[in-house]
Amino acid sequence: MMKPGFLSQNQSVLWFLATLGMFTLGVTALAEATGTGALSTSFVKTLGKTLCLCLIAIAMDVVWGYCGILSLGHFAFFGIGGYAIGMWLMYARTESIVSESLSAAVIPPTDQEIVEAIGTQIFGVVGSSDFPVIWAFADSLGLQLLMVILVPGLMALVFGWLAFRSRVTGVYLSILTQAMTLALSLYLFQNDSGLRGNNGLSGLQNIPGFDATPQSMISIAFFWASALALGLGYLLFAFVTSGKMGSVVRGIRDDEARVRFLGYHVESYKLFIFTLTAIIAGIAGALYYPQAGIINPAEIAPIASIYLAVWVAIGGRGRLYGAVIGAAFVSLLSSWFTGGGAPDISLGVYTIHWTDWWLVLLGLSFVAVTLFAPKGIGGLFDLLIRKEGSR
Amino acid sequence: MLRTILIILAVCVTAPHTSAAQDLQSLLQSHQRLVAKPSAKTVGVVLDDLASSGLSGTADFLEKWRNKDLWVRKEDGRFFYTAMAEAQLTLLDIDTGQVVGTTSKKHLKQIRPNGGVRKAIASALVQFQLNDPDITRRKAAVDAIARAMTADQLAPLEAAIDNEADADLKAQKMRLAVMLRASFAPTTEARLAAITALSDDISVDTRAVLNQILTTKRHAAVSIPSDLNVATQLMVGKDISSLDAYAMLVDANLAQPRVKASDIVSVLSANIENGRVAGTPVRLLDTIEAREKAYDSLAAAGAAPTRITDAAAQRLIETHVFFDSYSESDIRVTAAAKLALDGIETRVAISHAADLTLDALSLASIYFLAAIGLAVTFGVMGVINMAHGEFIMMGAYTGYVVQLFVPNYTLSIIVALPLAFAVTFAAGVALERLVIRWLYHRPLETLLATFGISIALQQLAKNIFGTQARPLTSPAWLDGAWVINDVIAISYIRIAIFVLAIIFLSLIVWILRKTRLGLEMRAVTQNPGMAASMGINPDRINMLTFGLGSGIAGIAGVAIGLYAKVTSEMGADYIVQSFMTVVVGGVGNVWGTLAGATMIGFLQKGIEWFNPSNTLAAQTYMILFIILFIQFRPKGIVALRGRAAGD
Amino acid sequence: MNFKRLLCAASTFAIMSAAPALADCEDPVKVGVLHSLSGTMAISETTLKDTMLLLIEEQNAKGGVLGCEIEAVVVDPASDWPLFAEKARELLTVHEVDVIFGNWTSVSRKSVLPVIEELNGLLFYPVQYEGEESSKNVFYTGAAPNQQAIPATDYYLDELGVEKFALLGTDYVYPRTTNNILESYLKSKGIAEEDIFVNYTPFGHSDWATIVADVVALGEDGKQVGVISTINGDANIGFYKELAAAGISADDIPVVAFSVGEEELSGLDTTNLVGHLAAWNYFQSAESDANDAWIEAWKAKMGEERVTNDPMEAHYIGFNMWINSVTSAQTTEVDAVRAAMYGQEFPNLTGGTAVMLPNHHLAKPVLIGEITEDGQFDIISQTSEVPGDAWTDFLPESAVLVSDWKDLGCGMYNTETKTCIQLTSNY
Repeated sequence: MMKPGFLSQNQSVLWFLATLGMFTLGVTALAEATGTGALSTSFVKTLGKTLCLCLIAIAMDVVWGYCGILSLGHFAFFGIGGYAIGMWLMYARTESIVSESLSAAVIPPTDQEIVEAIGTQIFGVVGSSDFPVIWAFADSLGLQLLMVILVPGLMALVFGWLAFRSRVTGVYLSILTQAMTLALSLYLFQNDSGLRGNNGLSGLQNIPGFDATPQSMISIAFFWASALALGLGYLLFAFVTSGKMGSVVRGIRDDEARVRFLGYHVESYKLFIFTLTAIIAGIAGALYYPQAGIINPAEIAPIASIYLAVWVAIGGRGRLYGAVIGAAFVSLLSSWFTGGGAPDISLGVYTIHWTDWWLVLLGLSFVAVTLFAPKGIGGLFDLLIRKEGSR
Repeated sequence: MLRTILIILAVCVTAPHTSAAQDLQSLLQSHQRLVAKPSAKTVGVVLDDLASSGLSGTADFLEKWRNKDLWVRKEDGRFFYTAMAEAQLTLLDIDTGQVVGTTSKKHLKQIRPNGGVRKAIASALVQFQLNDPDITRRKAAVDAIARAMTADQLAPLEAAIDNEADADLKAQKMRLAVMLRASFAPTTEARLAAITALSDDISVDTRAVLNQILTTKRHAAVSIPSDLNVATQLMVGKDISSLDAYAMLVDANLAQPRVKASDIVSVLSANIENGRVAGTPVRLLDTIEAREKAYDSLAAAGAAPTRITDAAAQRLIETHVFFDSYSESDIRVTAAAKLALDGIETRVAISHAADLTLDALSLASIYFLAAIGLAVTFGVMGVINMAHGEFIMMGAYTGYVVQLFVPNYTLSIIVALPLAFAVTFAAGVALERLVIRWLYHRPLETLLATFGISIALQQLAKNIFGTQARPLTSPAWLDGAWVINDVIAISYIRIAIFVLAIIFLSLIVWILRKTRLGLEMRAVTQNPGMAASMGINPDRINMLTFGLGSGIAGIAGVAIGLYAKVTSEMGADYIVQSFMTVVVGGVGNVWGTLAGATMIGFLQKGIEWFNPSNTLAAQTYMILFIILFIQFRPKGIVALRGRAAGD
Repeated sequence: MNFKRLLCAASTFAIMSAAPALADCEDPVKVGVLHSLSGTMAISETTLKDTMLLLIEEQNAKGGVLGCEIEAVVVDPASDWPLFAEKARELLTVHEVDVIFGNWTSVSRKSVLPVIEELNGLLFYPVQYEGEESSKNVFYTGAAPNQQAIPATDYYLDELGVEKFALLGTDYVYPRTTNNILESYLKSKGIAEEDIFVNYTPFGHSDWATIVADVVALGEDGKQVGVISTINGDANIGFYKELAAAGISADDIPVVAFSVGEEELSGLDTTNLVGHLAAWNYFQSAESDANDAWIEAWKAKMGEERVTNDPMEAHYIGFNMWINSVTSAQTTEVDAVRAAMYGQEFPNLTGGTAVMLPNHHLAKPVLIGEITEDGQFDIISQTSEVPGDAWTDFLPESAVLVSDWKDLGCGMYNTETKTCIQLTSNY
């Protein structure tokens, strides 16, 4: 496993895990199902989803901030993870509904009829009733969980292998990854894609087998799962980015050619990082969408992945906690502003409604961060720590 | 009853000197409902009556009726023409045209015949209009015949050809007469001659006429009857599936319908006795085989119709023939029509390819126009400007704002084009000075900073102009399309965009090749450090380049707004395509962008042609193709060589 | 927690029934407005938010309901489908609204459904949609396919004599399902499969030249061609511009649209589109006193250039029916209001009366209008009230289904097996 010195060398990891643990306990104590009820279920869900976004943000940070690959397509992997788990959720829930209603029939249904009825229920909305090939494993939770890891991993592996092999780098690679996520979302938008087109998979918050469990309880369970995943992901990435591996990866970011001349097989390192982060993104998605309740192709439109880069940049690249701060800060602030939480500012002749102006503010502050604080919010922490150290 | 009395009274009051049967109003009153609420299915009765009445006002009435100029008075159901008089309407008698009185709109109802009724009225008007002195009426008559060809129009139309003064219309009448003759001429010889005359015309109407002659009907029979004009005999399994073939046999009462799975279930559930069906326990009936077995034993006992086995069905299919026959019985006519149509089809296919090429060229020119600004900045400065799409949008909104102030569309476009350039040029320079200049050595961060600008600008546009799409209307001389034949046509606005793209291509090539600025730009592109040491100010060049690139985006915006839409999100629709164009073409080269745009345009149209029912799939496959293409030519179609290629 | 809410609901109920005529209300009646104010759907939905605010304002001027002032709670789900679910939960649990008026797209409705059903909320959905759904907690005040698509197709078949159909749509669930229904309906009317041309394009599509050319080419076998368009939103602008440029008049190839109303036409110069058609349950040009008053109020609030449209009328009817139900039930409690909704009648803006049916759909007249030069519609056909049908009769799987929440207590009842397939809806 890890070298004994790993954690003691990376105290920030300990700090982070401790904070995350405290936060989780705090939320649990305030939630409706397990505590005082000061936090509404919808807010617990928002927090749980934010943790998943933090997880994909640290994946993005590793691939961009550490390895220098500005991927504008990581949300595609996130979405695939969501679809993979969503397929099981829909299938299992529909199966229980269908078998209940069919059990009332006079003549017992054939297996074929049950599958057809499930198909009609799921795909009726897109005017079809046949199960596409990609739903072959939808009846098995285990296999679909495997898909959460395998499909994003394989896709990243193939895409990365093609791209890195032909030495596509820099801006070109960014645009290529963007094209990848655009192609995927356009494909999924088609009704014939087998994943219900624009409607996507919905009702994912109803977990099969837990019909009697209230959403307030389910939301806490997912919150815990998300926190656990984030903690483990953080550990994993901290491990990957420290030590010799980490040095090589950062070397690739700073000067790819030099690292190559030093005898390292740059492409393999890049491919490893790209694939690993894609898998983590897939896991984050698989945890996110059951809390969101619906996944559809709009989720993986290119803009989503760009926002991901924005979070990481604002939070501070090249430091994992920076990504967490960025994702949590911007996404929560975003929902506060667009949710009408921010008070309107009256300028006499004109009143600023933040629902209208929030995006303008976000865009401009993003420019400001890029120009004036390229290290992001995380950079401020660094300054503080350095001051402490020099004192 | 009351209405009849009222009508009689009214007729007595207003028209005492004419006999009741002979004026328009009374004739219409006898069909009151059919005139006030006309329907295509029932309007024929009224039109026939009008035509046979021979009343002098008929043509005028029909025209007014069609043009929604007929009103009905709610209280007594009488019809009037009207004229506006301030808030009131002046009622005019439909027979005499004299003012009957004025009343408010509330007491009247406008009669609005639907499209089908208007078409029928237009056909009825043909006899009055074919020789009318007014050319627009004659044209309307010819159009009406073209839209609904019937046998009885042939004679009047032929009679109206010789007196036609207008050459174009005369040609049109003659062409129409040929088409009518092909279908309705009394002798086979006349029809054959007409069909031969049509064989060099690829228009849709001609094909429609020929196809109508070649209409077929599908039959299933024991053997082919001799009295039918058979088009083709169908091979089961090749031209027609055995399922369809069997269904045809059932329809023709040549076979028993097959028992469906749902029928089996209902028969089984109707025959449950003590939890068993024909001896089998119900709970075991959860496979198809078990159900069929149980059903067969029920059928054997006479409780249900026997199932027809696959083999029996196959035997039945094999012992019958399936064929298409023409509804036209004259074999010479169908043969001639078929020959003519085959010849036309080949030419249509060629024209179709030409049309698709035009569409592809048009799409390529739009992509080129959208991407060329991006290519210039990307090529010279190595900077990706994510806000490029928003500059396109700014250009389009500039066009919209100009149209608010300059109502003349032609003038407004002439003003809008340079103004859009100026606005986006200024915006581009400002962006370069304020943001991009500080990020030259960090290209990925430029990408993100300009993305920040992009979302801010998009939202700003929403705040200012609202989310609703805004109209940007092209001048009248750009309306319509250049029609080469009925297959090849392209709208003038697309041609204008094509021309605009050519202009900008030459302009940029000229600037780069022939001007001092271009020379300096090329120098900075190749080696900024060396260029600076030669006395070129790279800062200034970068600024101007960025301004130029943005300015062209603004003009592209006006063009795109004219043919599509102006919304705050229009830029986002084009940005990814523009990137693809630049990247596929190869960076830093105008010809590269041209090649990229051409390739993407043609590719997209090509894929659409293969799969015409799903444009979305075409876009998906195109992007996948581009991803693969980049893998094999990472530097694009036109790759720079040597030092300029950078790394 | 369920128990807690039950208690809560019971106590509110007790208070309300104890003092129905409470003049000064401590706790205002809350109406949630769940329409996107930003993102791609803001273009259509912002208007509906304004409609709701106007309706609530007018109702408050009349003294509110149950003696209480009505308070609007407006949230912005930002055209983000998961956010719809989140905001709906927030409305029901944090703001504790009594009813929600909202949604436009089908996918947003599907996103909200599980939340509304879980928390037993009440949603009024005002947009024409594809049917095949009936939730206990949703009232569908827009048109079901049999109130828009089928009558328009009948008009094509009977009045215009169309023999060949081009079904053009944006690639999402409403056009897909509607076109499936229409295809099956047309086949039942004897139109051959090869005479039905179907095409789907992405949202915001702008390159229409080839598709328009394909449609023109359909006329080559001499049959009358008609286009049925379920093209959504902005894409219509490019489509109609190309149609006009190609010189296709409504006399040659008529186009009937199900998603183009007054609002969409305001982004267009309509001189070249005169005569093309749209089918709705409401047009601004409808002649009635109620409509005149409504248009006047709307323009007074929003500006002279603003137009009214069909989903606005749906909210108008829905809101007034809800007010009447609350008044007759003397409570805003969902189950009581739901029971009072059935059979509720309210005058349409087009004349006639809308009736709420036990399947949660309205009976409304179907209007067909021709586009005029000023961006309005000339109404050329108006049917009597057509009852909305949740499950279409023209698809084999759903022909056997009915929805009846009043007597059968089921939204998806199989008439063949006489069983209720499910009580929650299919999302």
